[in-house]
Amino acid sequence: MRPMGTEAMPVEERVPLHFVLNGRPVDTWAAPHETLLAVLRDTVGATEVKYGCGEGVCGTCTVLVDGAPTNACLIFGIQVAGHAVMTAKGLATEGDLHPLQRAFVSHEAAQCGFCTPGMLLVAYAFLRDHPGATRREIRAAIAGNLCRCTGYTRIVDAIAACAGTREAPAERAE
Amino acid sequence: MTMPRTTSDDAGHPSPYRIIGQPLPRFDVVDKVRGATLYAADWRLPGMLVGRILRAIYPSARIRRLSEAKARAFPGVAAVLTAADVPQNARHEDPTGLGLASFATPVLAAERVRYQGEPLALVAAESEVQAQAALEAIEVDYEPLPGVFDVDAALAPQAPRIHEDHDNLLIHWKCQQGDLEEGFRRADVIVERTYRTQRVDHAYLEPEAAVAWVDGDGVVTIRASTQVIEHFREIAEMLRLPHNKVRVIAPFVGGGFGGKEDMTVEPYAALLAWKTGRPVRMAWTRQESLLARPKRHPFTMSYKTGAAKDGRLVAQEIRLMADAGPYPLLSPRVLFAALVAGCGPYRVPNVKIDARAVLTNNVPTSAMRGFGAMQVTFAYESQMDLLADAVGLSALEIRSRNFLRKGDRLPTGEHLETQVALPRVTQEALDALGERAQPSSPSGRVGRGFACNIQPYGRTIWFRDRAHAWIGFEADGSLVIRTGVTDLGSGQAASLAQIASEILGVSMDRIAVHIGDSSLTPLAGGTFATRQLYMSGNAVLKTAQDLRALMVPIAALLLEAAEADVQFADNHVRVVGSPETGLALARVVTECARRGVPTSQLSAFHGGHASPIDLETGQGKTFPDYTFGCHAAEVEVDVETGTVRLRKYVACHDVGRAINPQSVAGQMQGGAVMGAGQALMEDVVLDEGTNLTTLFANYLIPTSLDVPDVRAVVVESGEGKGPFGARGIGEPPNGPPPAAVASAIQDAVGVRLVELPMTPERIFEALRARGEKASERGAGGGGT
Repeated sequence: MRPMGTEAMPVEERVPLHFVLNGRPVDTWAAPHETLLAVLRDTVGATEVKYGCGEGVCGTCTVLVDGAPTNACLIFGIQVAGHAVMTAKGLATEGDLHPLQRAFVSHEAAQCGFCTPGMLLVAYAFLRDHPGATRREIRAAIAGNLCRCTGYTRIVDAIAACAGTREAPAERAE
Repeated sequence: MTMPRTTSDDAGHPSPYRIIGQPLPRFDVVDKVRGATLYAADWRLPGMLVGRILRAIYPSARIRRLSEAKARAFPGVAAVLTAADVPQNARHEDPTGLGLASFATPVLAAERVRYQGEPLALVAAESEVQAQAALEAIEVDYEPLPGVFDVDAALAPQAPRIHEDHDNLLIHWKCQQGDLEEGFRRADVIVERTYRTQRVDHAYLEPEAAVAWVDGDGVVTIRASTQVIEHFREIAEMLRLPHNKVRVIAPFVGGGFGGKEDMTVEPYAALLAWKTGRPVRMAWTRQESLLARPKRHPFTMSYKTGAAKDGRLVAQEIRLMADAGPYPLLSPRVLFAALVAGCGPYRVPNVKIDARAVLTNNVPTSAMRGFGAMQVTFAYESQMDLLADAVGLSALEIRSRNFLRKGDRLPTGEHLETQVALPRVTQEALDALGERAQPSSPSGRVGRGFACNIQPYGRTIWFRDRAHAWIGFEADGSLVIRTGVTDLGSGQAASLAQIASEILGVSMDRIAVHIGDSSLTPLAGGTFATRQLYMSGNAVLKTAQDLRALMVPIAALLLEAAEADVQFADNHVRVVGSPETGLALARVVTECARRGVPTSQLSAFHGGHASPIDLETGQGKTFPDYTFGCHAAEVEVDVETGTVRLRKYVACHDVGRAINPQSVAGQMQGGAVMGAGQALMEDVVLDEGTNLTTLFANYLIPTSLDVPDVRAVVVESGEGKGPFGARGIGEPPNGPPPAAVASAIQDAVGVRLVELPMTPERIFEALRARGEKASERGAGGGGT
């Protein structure tokens, strides 16, 4: 994939970077100081990864690196050399929405949608490791991802629906 | 999910609507979960430059010298602009529309810095690194000046002036009704308190961003995260261009909450693109946004309320004071809304309200969800609880005896024109709270409280609000809606599709909605003041009805039926009661085209008009209508640490008619949590004008662990001024949380907090001040 868009550094100061993005190999260049977020957004064009704070607090830029939720603003791009990166665009298979994506739609768990890509990936990784999680556990799992629109109830509803959680939403004293 | 929803039709009659009232999935949410939505900062153009802003480091200073020559010579730098490069650097502002607060606000500060973070210069460069290097190479020689950092100091006779040609009192609204002195003479109890609310940041997850370019036809185009595309006019005036040479495009916005109602990046990105002739992307960092973007006004609210023995309110005197920062922005209007809503949803025969905003060298303040009517909720609801105690009534009983009813007058003398469903809304909220939970620890005390509110929807009536919409059929019977609304994530666009679908019978998957383009979509006004469903919803409804009226005669002809019997549904026209008569809409469109009958329509909705209020008495018609609600909360307070945990939360509002009940409930849940953040944790901390909370690491908003599930109860009285009797619901749910939580804390541990946020430190201090009694008191008593 050729570099595109805003170049953060002159090409001669860059190093080759090879990694896998959503199952496809990426051969590109990155300056050593560039965050993974900058490489994904500005060089590779993966704008589904959003910038929210740049300080690792809001979780908006979350991607999965070898399956582990990672703030893309907190690591360098060159740190993913040889690793697999997954973004929200990696969730759907052949155009079919992932069950979590479908649940977010049917529960209207996204309003402005800006936190949604990161939120979906955290939920995906969490349910993979914790099928049948409780609402309380789901709340703990997404605590590193801020949402300013929904108040979280619908997000927990959507994730719980995919976890097969039996508790009724909005009824608990938690 | 469980979403209790009740309609006023208790007889159980089926809904008269096919599409309205359905919790349909939103098309924009499908794009959003795919990661396909291109927000403002996601736009990319060939040869695009990076734009950055140099911001003032002092809150009050004179600029002796600003030298940009060195920065201009840096590699990769395409432009360095200062105030001298702005064609028209004074942006005229008169937010009152009445000439009461007329200001010329600079785009880039020239000689005088009035707040920390004020823009001084702009850079456009090939890369972030080069732009940053150039910013750092601009030399600014400041002479720090004495500043004014609190409202009382700002009004002192010798206070330094923020603007040389204007004293520091920005606006003073007055309202008077009845005879205040006589009212207080008749009072059996009088409660007097002063309440304080804090500065709050909108903290939308999407920081301010835009890409600007000069298009092939010379039109300066700004694709920006904004609530208001109509700012194209101000940008044109800044560039000294005809209005029709500037275009603002608003893609889906990553949250607004009022913070993208004033211009943010637009003038700066436009200037850089105009001067360089190249596309420029400007995306602010979170830290810039927290540092310098306008916040919610901190209010000081002095309330004196008198009631008779039976709990009826007889008199109320209110003094509101807000810190406006150094420029007017929307402060005058925020204070006006606070004035109108100052007495809450209660009848008070004798009232005097003074609402003032004062200029300071603190960070600017302007619109935020709730817009002044939010802050006063904390005060008037706390007063009601205190009065209830004083006269020996329950919190519910005293409110029930004073609730406004349809036809009653507000302090402004205007009559309420639609139903006030507060008795029912309040009861539903309290019922939904369910059983009281047990404390989770020996030091935990459980308490409950609730708060009601009134929030205007729609613009102040003397602005003559209007909205346009264009709707047209394609030859295949699919539908196109064009209207200049912006969608902040609340479902503005999807709701319009739902309204058009109801009237024109086109299924939701065959409707395309084009929004937010000042050149190509008919202007509909910004998405603020909870006006969008009311205004553009009515515009789309009217346009769809007008279009249907054009096409009905042709459909009747084809169906060989009376016009009154023609039904538009499921992409077909039919004779009512004869499903076998169905004819594809595409067939009707073809026939219309053959006969020269239009298949598209442009219509406007006008929001009515009245003269401005009397400036001495505050009497007159102010807002089109109001939304009422009640929130109920259960908290657990730890008496050893002062920590408050929200355990249960219910938000209930009368929305008149829910176009999409799922979207409506989402507004309530999100607004409640945003309000809970203001109640318990959020605080923009300034030290002599220096902002100490410029990181998300120290400006804290609620996480998923800080709040419980919020139960939304949608009440539909059937009366409202929006389409199908809908009322606005964007802002209203933001108001009640601080008062509801304060009430619950009082119920739990017996202390009444009068200052936000209600942090563990403040609660601990209040408990300590109250002495040992507090820690020995068990749960229960008072409250609900």
